[in-house]
Amino acid sequence: MIDFSYTVWILLIPLIMFVVVGLFGNRFKPIVSGIAGTAGLFVMWILSLITAYKYFFVLEKAADGTFQKFLAFNMRWLNLTDTLHIDMGVLLDPISIMMLIVITTVSFMVHVYSIGYMDGEKGFMRFFATLSLFSFSMLGLVVATNIFQMYIFWELVGVSSYLLIGFYYTRDSAVSASKKAFIVTRFADLGFLIGILMLSFSTGTFDFLTLTGPNSPAFSSGTGIMFLGLSTMTWSMIFIFMGGAGKSAMFPLHIWLPDAMEGPTPVSALIHAATMVVAGVYLVARLFPIYVFAAPVALDVVMYVGAFSSIFAAIIACTQFDIKRVLAYSTMSQIGMMMFALGVSGYGGHEGLGYMASMFHLFTHAFFKSLLFLGAGAIIHAVHSNVMNEMGGLRKYLPITHATFLIACLAIAGVPPLSGFFSKDEILAAGHERSLMLYWVEMIVSGLTAFYMFRLYFSIFWGHDRHYHHTPHEASKTMTIPLMLLAVGALLTGLIPFSHFVTTDRLPFAAHLDMGIAIPAVLVGLIGIFTAMIFYRKETSVPDKIFNALGGFSKAAFHKFYIDEVYLFITKKIIFNYVSRPIAWFDRHIVDGAMNGIAYVTNETSDRIKRFQSGQLQQYALVFVSGVVLLTLLFTYLLNN
Amino acid sequence: MFEGVPLTWFLITGTIMFFVGIYGFLVRKNLITILMSTELILNSVNINFVAFNKILYPDHLEGMFFSLFIIAVAAAEASVAIAIIINIYRRLVDINVEKMNEMKY
Repeated sequence: MIDFSYTVWILLIPLIMFVVVGLFGNRFKPIVSGIAGTAGLFVMWILSLITAYKYFFVLEKAADGTFQKFLAFNMRWLNLTDTLHIDMGVLLDPISIMMLIVITTVSFMVHVYSIGYMDGEKGFMRFFATLSLFSFSMLGLVVATNIFQMYIFWELVGVSSYLLIGFYYTRDSAVSASKKAFIVTRFADLGFLIGILMLSFSTGTFDFLTLTGPNSPAFSSGTGIMFLGLSTMTWSMIFIFMGGAGKSAMFPLHIWLPDAMEGPTPVSALIHAATMVVAGVYLVARLFPIYVFAAPVALDVVMYVGAFSSIFAAIIACTQFDIKRVLAYSTMSQIGMMMFALGVSGYGGHEGLGYMASMFHLFTHAFFKSLLFLGAGAIIHAVHSNVMNEMGGLRKYLPITHATFLIACLAIAGVPPLSGFFSKDEILAAGHERSLMLYWVEMIVSGLTAFYMFRLYFSIFWGHDRHYHHTPHEASKTMTIPLMLLAVGALLTGLIPFSHFVTTDRLPFAAHLDMGIAIPAVLVGLIGIFTAMIFYRKETSVPDKIFNALGGFSKAAFHKFYIDEVYLFITKKIIFNYVSRPIAWFDRHIVDGAMNGIAYVTNETSDRIKRFQSGQLQQYALVFVSGVVLLTLLFTYLLNN
Repeated sequence: MFEGVPLTWFLITGTIMFFVGIYGFLVRKNLITILMSTELILNSVNINFVAFNKILYPDHLEGMFFSLFIIAVAAAEASVAIAIIINIYRRLVDINVEKMNEMKY
């Protein structure tokens, strides 16, 4: 057995970086904090790679040929009772190792990129300190040994996401976006907490090893019917999924994600594309055995919510003009596909194809989506605009960004042999085995994905030149090098034989490319690309005509199907009017009234009797003596009787 | 020396001194007189202590010691009080107790 306890340093380094950079960063030049943060991330990256290598290739497998699942580090953090305690530690298994790789790689690239992108910004040091805090909380989340540790770090990523979205805190839109993200995810986390409490109440443990082990108490307890014909376990897993849906921007809790694009672009790439938003997928994957064996209904919910979110977001993405918003909806759509893949999956061997596909897509998506965001950042940096109508012909000015962006677009569109093709193909294959209807839905989604990504690509890099304030120029080396490295990742990660590493039962199996699914999927993707090329390569009026021909539908899609308005209606018109106002009235008049009444009575009384305090010594003495005399008489009388 | 003098006489003397002291404390306006009145009250208590000690427990001396303590405390109190009175006089050029009414509502 190899000692893996050093992995705790992967967690501690960013925490130390956060404290040091946050407290002492001001004493040095801003660039020092950037370099310090990046160096810390580099060490973590190397450590993660070593861990992955040792885990997958050096560490001997368990007796039944599975990858081991064990605690590399554990300490008792909070002792509630003798049997109930909350631990902090590092749990290593294939998915947590995979997430370590994803997070440290993308985070490292984003750190390097940010040194160039954030150069000269006010709050450079604060940016890097918060990035370190985020890395710490995200890593703590993925290596969590128990569901409570996960919940604690889950909230911490929420906080750091809040801080980073609101980085430009002087801008009203950024402030309200950060509040929106925090409140919406916090509301979802309420469901998560209820789910945790229900789950731990019926199983008596928080521990992942026990909960997802072969003899999990979750399989035997809490299976009785509880409410609406569903068992306790099903309800608790649905509630837990609610938390995951909030973090992963699943319909209808997705409204915060597009607004979160108010944050700096590297933040969008790291948090809102590659790491934090997939936490929900990771959560479901972490508790997957319970979903499969004890709560299949909850798993169906995951499947339908994922499928619906993916098509819903893909349609909206086709109508948006802000490039970061297109990418945000694309992220939501891709995460929907991951959720869908988890939802259709079974357990064990080939049955668990969907699970493997979901993790695979999570892995590849992290690379090409963060690449897309960083590319978008480079474009925004060059033309100082977010709106794709104000761009065009940029391929001449930004050759490196253009090439890497194209690779990412091809990858997400599922063109072989880029990474997106392989993972998406596995998702479709898994969907095909479960439900033909949803399979076609996902097929349409991949067509739409190809369409809107190339709509973006052609509008930005082709078409004719616009009038720019100054000639756009390629970004600095610190920005283009991460782009190139991530492009390599987007090109090659698809070739990893994922089914040999990440499976439901941690037992490797061979997944084959099914030509019957791969060929139509690629065709659909190519159709999407060519449609986009016809529409947007040269400016034509065709898209506008189609947009108008669809009438109400396209208008609704342009307005994001009025979900924000629905939320506003529910909160402002219903909750504020019929719940908050009566409560506020009660608070102002009854609660405050009682307090004010007491104060008023005290004030009046003291006003009346204050004349007793005259300052005349002899008056006091007289009262005192009279009192003594009276008491003496009284006691004499009482004692004599 | 006081053999044969009944206890009642001592008590009556003490009571008269006590109430003269109380009266003076309440009525006189001069701070020095008020201080003297408190001394009267204390000394009436001393008389009571000594008298009771002599009549009830002729073999013991606790009452005597008590009166000695009271005399010591009275002396200390008088010195402090006179110091205060001197300071008040320096400020107000008056030791009329009715003039000292600043500490009120």
